[in-house]
Amino acid sequence: MNQPILSVREITKSFGAIRAVDGVSFDVYPGEILGLIGPNGSGKSTLFNCILGQLQPNSGEVEINGRPVSGRRPCDLNKLGLGRTFQQLSVFPQMSVIDNIILAGQEHRGSLFGRLFGAPDAGLTADAERLIEFFRLSHLKDEMAGSLSYGQQKLVDAAMAFMAGPGLVLLDEPAGGVNLTMLAGLKERLVSYNREHGTTFVVIEHNMEFVMSLCSRIIVLAEGRIIAEGPPDEVRANPTVIDAYLGG
Amino acid sequence: MKRRLTPILLVVGLALLIVAPLGQTDYIKYILSSWLIFAIAAMGLNLTLGYAGQISLAQASFIGIGAYTTALLTLAGVPWIPSMLAAMAVSFLVGLALGFPALRVQGHFLAFVTLAFNTLFYLVARNEDWLTGGPYGLSGMPRPDFWLFDTNQNLPFYYFTLAVFVVAAALMWGIVRSPWGRAFKGLRENPIRAESLGVDTRRITLLAFAIGSAYGGLAGALISPLVQFINPDSFALVQSIRILLMVVVGGAGFFFGPLFGAAMVILLPEFLRFTEGYYLMIYASAVIVLMVFCPSGLIGAGQALRERFRPGHRVRGDMKQGSQL
Amino acid sequence: MSQFLQVFLSGLSTGSIYALAAIGFTLLWQAAQTVNFAQGEFVMLPAFFVLIGIHWLHLPLWLSLIFGLIVAVIVLGLLFKKVVVEPMLPNGGLPLIIATMALSILLKEGTKQFYGAEAQPFPNIFPQTTMTLDGAVISVQDIMNLVVSLGVVVGLTLFLNRTRTGRCMQATAQNPEVAEILGVNVKRMVLYTFLVNAALAALASFLISPIYLAKFSNGETLGLVAFIAAIVGGFNQIRGALVGGLLIGVLDNLTATYVTTEYRAALPLVMLIVIILWRPQGLLGTSEGRQV
Repeated sequence: MNQPILSVREITKSFGAIRAVDGVSFDVYPGEILGLIGPNGSGKSTLFNCILGQLQPNSGEVEINGRPVSGRRPCDLNKLGLGRTFQQLSVFPQMSVIDNIILAGQEHRGSLFGRLFGAPDAGLTADAERLIEFFRLSHLKDEMAGSLSYGQQKLVDAAMAFMAGPGLVLLDEPAGGVNLTMLAGLKERLVSYNREHGTTFVVIEHNMEFVMSLCSRIIVLAEGRIIAEGPPDEVRANPTVIDAYLGG
Repeated sequence: MKRRLTPILLVVGLALLIVAPLGQTDYIKYILSSWLIFAIAAMGLNLTLGYAGQISLAQASFIGIGAYTTALLTLAGVPWIPSMLAAMAVSFLVGLALGFPALRVQGHFLAFVTLAFNTLFYLVARNEDWLTGGPYGLSGMPRPDFWLFDTNQNLPFYYFTLAVFVVAAALMWGIVRSPWGRAFKGLRENPIRAESLGVDTRRITLLAFAIGSAYGGLAGALISPLVQFINPDSFALVQSIRILLMVVVGGAGFFFGPLFGAAMVILLPEFLRFTEGYYLMIYASAVIVLMVFCPSGLIGAGQALRERFRPGHRVRGDMKQGSQL
Repeated sequence: MSQFLQVFLSGLSTGSIYALAAIGFTLLWQAAQTVNFAQGEFVMLPAFFVLIGIHWLHLPLWLSLIFGLIVAVIVLGLLFKKVVVEPMLPNGGLPLIIATMALSILLKEGTKQFYGAEAQPFPNIFPQTTMTLDGAVISVQDIMNLVVSLGVVVGLTLFLNRTRTGRCMQATAQNPEVAEILGVNVKRMVLYTFLVNAALAALASFLISPIYLAKFSNGETLGLVAFIAAIVGGFNQIRGALVGGLLIGVLDNLTATYVTTEYRAALPLVMLIVIILWRPQGLLGTSEGRQV
């Protein structure tokens, strides 16, 4: 099998006496869509934050393309090809949609001072417009991102995660609060992006139907540990998983 | 429509600035120069606060650093241009240092740290007589002389200030519409998101302080030869508050906000002479009313008004939260 | 040693007056997230209300003090909340800060216009006698200032902890949503906080003005000292503001006597910076609500 794009090794993170994540290990392979599910308080978000450099794990190691990245800041991880979306709305509300998207790509172009003296759009307008088109937001590109509907802002957030052409994108509850029509559209766009670009996704999600139909493999967390792992159908039928959800 | 209008407005604006001092008294020419100088300082603070969302109550101390540096150098016989560059460089470096607290604390706490810094600067300027002349300050700074064009009269000095202002504004325009400007705004709107998109928010925060402070230093480099007398009182905390009021009243985060804001603080009192001592009271009340009804400042109010008369255009409702703490 | 005691006690006395202003500042911050940049002017102004009572209304001193207190509570408490803070709350933090800065200019200039730029003598509330203790000359005024301020602080603490209204005010400050659910009239409690702040400022004004004289520009230093005291002690509690105020009063006096008069004002500022950067919750504060 080829080299994993992301390896999580024995990550442990405690808050005081509570072990939010307890020795979790898994690999993510290029091109797959991995779902990370679990009842509330199972440690999904903490694990995500440890991978993304927002939190420092107490022990364990995260590797991207075989390179250890523990202790790196989020902005450096992004430069290593790690994109992410946020659970809460996370756009730049007082900037136009196209500026949001260009900001998401500009830091990958040239040096700090090169950017000051280079083109105002860092040569990204065409790329940004293509991505906006892909997410079917073209009619809104000059609107302030903050004036868009909730679902549209979620799409802008997702588009920003893709702008720099990352190899791996971590999606934090992409379906949360999005209405059904928009949800179908979002899923279709994600799958199609994955097919076209071979981008790897790791998805945290509460919406079971969404995650089951989107992901090729699912990891179930409960009380900070992995309790099941496998294709959606297998996980769905797994009694331990059912217990964890019902008993939790 | 708007694209074509902007250059015309710019040319008209510049023409107005060129004819403004003609036929005016010497005193008005002096006041006009002082307006442009404060507009430069406010422009710097607008970058730090309006664009990058980092509050600073220390801008007057950077004008002070610039003014003392320029005064000491020009009194020692150094020409104005290198003195000005030195003033900007020193302000830039001190501003960079002042940016470090912003990496740890935000909002009110940052306001207090910068406020304390300004007061400390004042104390040093007042007590270190050997360098700053103490409470009596420094005087007799020469006005810049460029061979054929000397600025000893107030009219040439005004044009000299105007030229510096135009260059400073053009550079600022370049900065705010470059990727740096986008990164500054990203820092203001959502620092965590910006960081996750590869924006080095630490570096951008420090730069926002350093560049804003360098503009303060530039203003100081102009104040020094304009007034030809500086003492610590000109750079006390009250002055920083005045500059902050300029930025917010004009419209924080709008490019031309500081120019209008500085006009409100520096020029308007001259037109309201007849109100005698009541000007500051009127002004202060007006600021409070403005903050209630239009916290995005004069330009924001102007925009809201225009939107009202042009239906079908979306009002920037988000400005309500403009550069909130 | 006797000099030290003298300096220490008079520092404690001024410090306790600072503490009154700092406590008001803290209460406003807790209850309404209002950072009042006009707090110094709030301490400057009530003395002039008293002077109006004496010179214009020809009231005796004690009645003028009551008059000053009532006017201060109405103007700096009720009106400040209704006219300035309340309409501004939906606009967020920065506009409110700017508005209180403008308010400080308004109050300062207003006082200057209506009462002149000269410092006005303010009647002594306490006898100007001294007593000797272990060789140290101690002014009765200092002792009385200390006693009155500490008395007020103790009274306030008892009010906040022991009475129903006081506890409702605390609940409002800590968690307005929960307080609302529990049936507390949150709006009224916030209003009370503003009134208490105004009363504290007025008391500070009455105690400090006989020493500093009543002057329109008094607020500049007083305001600075008040919020330094509030932050140094811990932004979110009364105890902290009290300790902060006393600490600054004492340190200020000690520095001026034993180290440097030129930089006496620098020490609290340096303390402020150091504390904000290394212990933003203050010396006595807990780190609640400041997690990233």
